[in-house]
Amino acid sequence: MAKILIPTPLRKFTGNAATFEVKGATVAEALRALAEAHPQLKPHLFDNAGRLRSFIRVYVGEDDIATLQREDTPLTDEAVVSIVPAIAGGS
Amino acid sequence: MSRAVFTLVLSPEVDAHIRRHGEAAWPYECCGFLYGPADGNPRLITRALRAPNSKEGDQRRRFEIAPTDYLEAERYAADHGLQLLGIYHSHPEHPAVASKHDLAQAMPFFSYVIVSVRGGRAAEMRSWRLRDEVRAFDEETILIAPAFAKH
Ligand SMILES: [Zn+2]
Repeated sequence: MAKILIPTPLRKFTGNAATFEVKGATVAEALRALAEAHPQLKPHLFDNAGRLRSFIRVYVGEDDIATLQREDTPLTDEAVVSIVPAIAGGS
Repeated sequence: MSRAVFTLVLSPEVDAHIRRHGEAAWPYECCGFLYGPADGNPRLITRALRAPNSKEGDQRRRFEIAPTDYLEAERYAADHGLQLLGIYHSHPEHPAVASKHDLAQAMPFFSYVIVSVRGGRAAEMRSWRLRDEVRAFDEETILIAPAFAKH
């Protein structure tokens, strides 16, 4: 089972769970399973078209999936998937 | 619909940390992470850590925290038995009011502390939290409380 790490600000939508164990062959499958298990999380991960939100980055291990095969990046049973909110702003 | 009323308690060390960082980074924006022992209302912040401003472009008006620095910050919380509870940044020559850029990228749950820095000197500090359901900020009341500093 791959493991998804939930960032602190989204844990209010997972009943305070920090991790989610998931069977999924790809990042997309794993994240969909997470969103199905915790429906309140879904709008924070995906837009209306079902695409990952632009303010959310996803890492597998130490690698940004943007540098791998994006949402099609395959997952091993030992994979650790991190959801990383983009933190930015200005004045 | 009644709004949640939140209070944010900063230790004097955290208060000083944010002000010092804002002054050191001026005329550019600084940013960093806020931690506490657990969430609650009041929400206690007992530790602040600097993060590099990774924004490419005008750092006088913008900040960004690199994803790898964010991952590191979550790990720090887990390793130290703390919770990552918020983000601070500075507004050089602007009031400590959350901007439309702050609102556009705000995450739920986090406290967004902003310190205004004018002429290199830290001025007012205010804190904002994203409202549930609607994309709008509510202001949190900031208290500086030495009694909570011992953690
Ligand atoms: Zn701002």
